[in-house]
Amino acid sequence: MNLRRASWLALAIPLTVALAACSSSSSSSSSSTPATSAPATSASAQASTSSSAAAGGGLKTGLNVYVIPKQLGQAYFTTSDSANSGGAIAALQALGETGSETSGTAATPAAQIPAIQAAISKGANALIVSATDPTALCPTLESAMKRGITVVTYDSDAPTCRSLFINQAATQAIGASEVDILAKELNDTGQIAIVSAAASATNQNAWIGYMKQELKKYPKMSLVSTVYGNDDATVSTQVTQGLLQQYPNLKGIISPTTVGIAAAAAVLDTPKYRGKVLLTGLGTPDSMKKFVSDGTVKEFELWNPADLGYLAGYAAVELASGKITGAQGQTFTAGKLGSFTIGADNTVLLGPPFVFNASNIGKFDF
Amino acid sequence: MSNVAELLRGAMSRAARWETGLAVVVVAVIIAGAQTSPQFLTGNNMFNLGLSNGEIAIMVLPMTLIVISGEIDLSVASILGMASALLGVLWSHGWPMPAIFVVVAIVGLAAGAVNGLLVTRLGLPSLAVTIGTLALYRGIATILLGPNTVANFPATYTDLGVNGVPGTGDNMTYSTLIFLVLAIIFGVVLHATPFGRSIFAMGASADAARFAGIRVKRIKTILFMLSGLVCSLAGVLYTFRLNTAVQNNGLGLELDVVAIVLLAGVSIFGGKGTMIGVVLAVLAFAGLQNALLLTNFNQEATGIVTGALLLASVFVPNAARWLRYLPQKFRPRKVRSPDIHPQEI
Repeated sequence: MNLRRASWLALAIPLTVALAACSSSSSSSSSSTPATSAPATSASAQASTSSSAAAGGGLKTGLNVYVIPKQLGQAYFTTSDSANSGGAIAALQALGETGSETSGTAATPAAQIPAIQAAISKGANALIVSATDPTALCPTLESAMKRGITVVTYDSDAPTCRSLFINQAATQAIGASEVDILAKELNDTGQIAIVSAAASATNQNAWIGYMKQELKKYPKMSLVSTVYGNDDATVSTQVTQGLLQQYPNLKGIISPTTVGIAAAAAVLDTPKYRGKVLLTGLGTPDSMKKFVSDGTVKEFELWNPADLGYLAGYAAVELASGKITGAQGQTFTAGKLGSFTIGADNTVLLGPPFVFNASNIGKFDF
Repeated sequence: MSNVAELLRGAMSRAARWETGLAVVVVAVIIAGAQTSPQFLTGNNMFNLGLSNGEIAIMVLPMTLIVISGEIDLSVASILGMASALLGVLWSHGWPMPAIFVVVAIVGLAAGAVNGLLVTRLGLPSLAVTIGTLALYRGIATILLGPNTVANFPATYTDLGVNGVPGTGDNMTYSTLIFLVLAIIFGVVLHATPFGRSIFAMGASADAARFAGIRVKRIKTILFMLSGLVCSLAGVLYTFRLNTAVQNNGLGLELDVVAIVLLAGVSIFGGKGTMIGVVLAVLAFAGLQNALLLTNFNQEATGIVTGALLLASVFVPNAARWLRYLPQKFRPRKVRSPDIHPQEI
């Protein structure tokens, strides 16, 4: 028995040694060709061979850039990211980079983080992320930055763990203007409610905060409830129906999310509620055309998500090429969108929100 | 004595053949992976491979022992989820992290003890018991956290989840290190101690083991408790890796764990299996998943790997027998006519 035990130990010891050797060899192999810089060096080699690229702004080409929205398959992010709509990947392709979109199929950190880790695995040079949660993503994004990967957030920020945030519209302007739109339609009077996305979503909560501030200007208006539809059409429909039953005197709803506003509009699109419970918020023209034409919704807002992605694409390449660092006051040019200046908190602002109504909605298609 | 030695040698050579096959598979996966993507053999990718498979690999170890003893534990991923939810709840209530670890470990042990006692003392089949606790423990996780997400864990701990072990060039995750250390410990215990041999004995025949004086019920209960403890550790690692405690953490991972154990050549009927096979199976599984990932295969569809490996590892050992019986099915009917085999009537 002692013999057998000894033989097993004899087996176990070389195994440990072999494993240690494995780990040391893998680290040595990586020190000779650092994994994160390997694609970068090949990219810079490419850039140096084509001197025209270097002359044209000095941006690196051949970078691997991953666009990671909150969730795949949502029309808003498809528009902001895809090459066809002129979004982030269109910008990346125009600059000679490889752009790919990846994420989870649910808008949760538990689904998004593995996608980020997979992108790092695939040798990403830059990540363009819409954060499902401001804190949950941080350790993963920080570890990416430690590996030399550029991290840019767009649409929804993770403030402490990125170089730059591409803000779609001033947070304050969106929150306040939606309350103003509703106040104008309601003659400054009545109960209102908010149909939001996930309770943890950074952008939603920031807008709601400014809505509450703006509401102080309208003493006859009161916010009775904020409900969460989790950017899921079914859940958003259910919580909207719940609101209408719980508050029979409800006069208006603000839904600052494209999924929520479309679901709420569908609920209100009956003779019982049309024109009696007013709705505004953030929506895409395509999903709202029907409700604007039949009078369920008079006005709603949005920015152009394709422009947002396009700007994020340029910003990520500028950062990854070392042309900018994300510090306040630096400027860069984003193709057709012109020149942008980095503002406070390492943020770039796309522009003011755009108001859609019956007179202009026909011109848009996204 | 010589009989036992011969039996052992027979078992070793039988196992050796399976493991040789596995080693060939691992090499094939590495070559195929390196062919399909230049990223495959980079330290960066190895790190993320370890990151995304670490918890699964760790849970495979106690599962191996349980399956060899002739039982199964399908509640592993739910214990992981429960540990994660508990960690989140206690942290959001301001508990200090060391105290949380103690509570999580105790709850993991208790969850395993419930499995073990139901199986051994009430004599219930472990398949049914652990399907029950699979739902039960996940339900407890849901009650603990509800729809909430806890994500504000301190960086000291989340660094363990996403950063490398110092001195490995940031290429080896803590979960990989833990897996390797535990694999050696589990391997020595399984193959070089009386405890390990009694696990094989009861897997081969629980009655024979009991007659031989092995405390079958007690050892099985210990194995389930060990599984609970290790799975709660995996739950802590999982939570720190994603910096997220949410009730559905690790949902469905039990299938991957069982698939790896079977791929390792561990008999689902108990009594057979080696730790080296398990390590090779983990490498083959993780390598295959990772290679598919790098080829931009739909990430949500990598369950195909789990399913295919599971089926292959059940089918291949039986393939030889199946092939031998195959011609019989196509033999002309008259062969079985009463004239030739009158005794069959």
